[in-house]
Amino acid sequence: MLKFVKYFSLIFFLISGNIVSSAENAEKLLTTDWTFKGPFGKFDRASLQRGYQVYQEVCASCHSLKYMSYRNLSEEGGPEFSVQEAKAIAANFEILDGPNPEGEMFTRPARLSDKFAMPYANDEEAKSANGGAYPPDMSVLVKARKGGADYVYSVLLGYEDPPVGMKLDDGVHYNKYMYGNKIKMPAPLSEGLVEYADGTTATEQQMAKDVVSFLMWTAEPHLEQRHKIGFRAIVYLIILSILVYFSMKKIWSRIETEV
Amino acid sequence: MSEHNYQPKSKFGKWFNDRLPLLTLANHLTDYPTPKNLNYWWTFGGILTFCLITQIITGLVLAMHYIAHADLAFSSVEHIMRDVNYGWLIRYIHANGASMFFLAVYIHIFRSLFYGSYKSPREIIWILGIMIYLLMMAAAFMGYVLPWGQMSFWGATVITNLFSAIPLVGESITTWLWGGYSVDNPTLTRFFTLHYLIPFLILGLVVLHIWALHVPGNNNPIGIDIKKPSKDTVSFHPYIVVKDLFALLLFLILFAFFVFYSPNVLGHADNYIEANPLVTPAHIVPEWYLLPFYAILRSIPDKLMGVIAMLSAILILAALPWLDTSKIRSAVFRPLYKQFYWILVLDVLILGYVGAMPAEGLYLLIARIGTAYYFAHFLIILPILGKVEKTLPLPMSISEPILGGSLNAEPARSKENSQKL
Repeated sequence: MLKFVKYFSLIFFLISGNIVSSAENAEKLLTTDWTFKGPFGKFDRASLQRGYQVYQEVCASCHSLKYMSYRNLSEEGGPEFSVQEAKAIAANFEILDGPNPEGEMFTRPARLSDKFAMPYANDEEAKSANGGAYPPDMSVLVKARKGGADYVYSVLLGYEDPPVGMKLDDGVHYNKYMYGNKIKMPAPLSEGLVEYADGTTATEQQMAKDVVSFLMWTAEPHLEQRHKIGFRAIVYLIILSILVYFSMKKIWSRIETEV
Repeated sequence: MSEHNYQPKSKFGKWFNDRLPLLTLANHLTDYPTPKNLNYWWTFGGILTFCLITQIITGLVLAMHYIAHADLAFSSVEHIMRDVNYGWLIRYIHANGASMFFLAVYIHIFRSLFYGSYKSPREIIWILGIMIYLLMMAAAFMGYVLPWGQMSFWGATVITNLFSAIPLVGESITTWLWGGYSVDNPTLTRFFTLHYLIPFLILGLVVLHIWALHVPGNNNPIGIDIKKPSKDTVSFHPYIVVKDLFALLLFLILFAFFVFYSPNVLGHADNYIEANPLVTPAHIVPEWYLLPFYAILRSIPDKLMGVIAMLSAILILAALPWLDTSKIRSAVFRPLYKQFYWILVLDVLILGYVGAMPAEGLYLLIARIGTAYYFAHFLIILPILGKVEKTLPLPMSISEPILGGSLNAEPARSKENSQKL
């Protein structure tokens, strides 16, 4: 029995160790005290709300969140704006709808059920407005990068002067953490760029932390529920295993063999 | 076995059973005599059955919401993750379930290798098992394509391109597989169809696998035949059922850990980027469970030879019952084989590791040595070992491990302890 568990965990660690080692990055990523890490991790509502503000005021002009709807902003486990607030946010955006009975397309203010408004009409427009580089959709961005939240956080804070001798083309910037160290996006954050409604000081680190937390939520909107159910499921399984273990011992005690 | 004289108690039961002997079957499965010295490595058969059923059920639910179209597949998966009730849970169970399935099947296969379960009279069970394993790999590969992320697309491109290595007809076969001139919508729809079909083929083979198992009965850790059923065996229910259940629960704790706390650690980040035929990812890597074969494929400089080597690495297993010339099943009584067994385990782990690394420099050299050793194990070491190895004396029976002399191995020692009771 003990031996079995020992082998089992050995194999488990071999596999996970393999993955961890292959996920190594050249440059050590920056990190911060994320609230959503760990088995009991939760989002910090205030941080998500601030993060939404940063997204809206800084990122949204180029980066879409095409899998998000305005209703998500008021749903449990997210920034949890009130329904009124979410409605008011949605109403700020114009959405193309139609055709109407006359066959015309028309614009109207967004409702809760609408997806987030897109910054560009199509990919080509997005590329031509950004010097040929497509600003990726950010709905699942955090999950789509090795290093996850730490990586996005690092890139946001990783702008530096290029090392001596490195020549950059026009419109290309040096970033310590970006793959290949070259990025078309200019440094998006600067001290005091947004004015937080709750009075938090908008340092670069603070804004990066808030917006990355927000993006972690857009990538994993059910993260809190997952952690909560996971804890219960594992406790349940452990208790059940113990009960079944003793049942097994009892049943096997009828014969002379050890189990 | 008692099914020969089994009679249902109720009148209706008897009437029904005379027409369709389902009750006889149920009785056989309940009473099925199982060696009482099976250790926990034998619980993975039950765990694998559980994995298959879990994949089929979660897969059915996913198929209700998934859209197999190149323009919609990625967003339909996001729809599942966000808007379908508990869609995230079902998808994470399905995605991590594939990894758990392979973890269990590797333990199951290596258990068989250690205890010689593939040897006479169990060759057919073993070959059916290899067929199941092959279908599992096909299903897993096609399933990984369905989310239509970058790794899906480029993984599919790399693997289907392997067929182009076939002389003369290779290119035509690849075009035929794709349904076009590149991996595209027709490829996705056929992969979805096949991904839906294969689990049911596996289910059929599993039934045959278990049927073939129930003819000779289980092998056991000391690898000798059952001498006295009354002394050497226990009935499947409740003894083995409760033990399998306990092991399954431990396995589920590990499973739950992945699903709830690191659901994406076994996947690849690039697969959350929608497929883009114009952008190739920096490293195209298959899922972890295919890495050893990927290493073998890349270790051969010639494409066709690489494909042949990769396929042979799997198919050689089917010939194993005849390549291993030793009459002794369990490695417990084969001191030399036992050492080579662990070297093989290490070799496969190393191949898996270098499979994840870029195929260059030292990694490539290690992959080549690993590949050569892998084949040498089956083609040279095993046939010779059976002739020259001095095996340890076998015990008389499962319930009387005396006469054996030096029973220095773990499973046999636990039997000694039980004798003292």
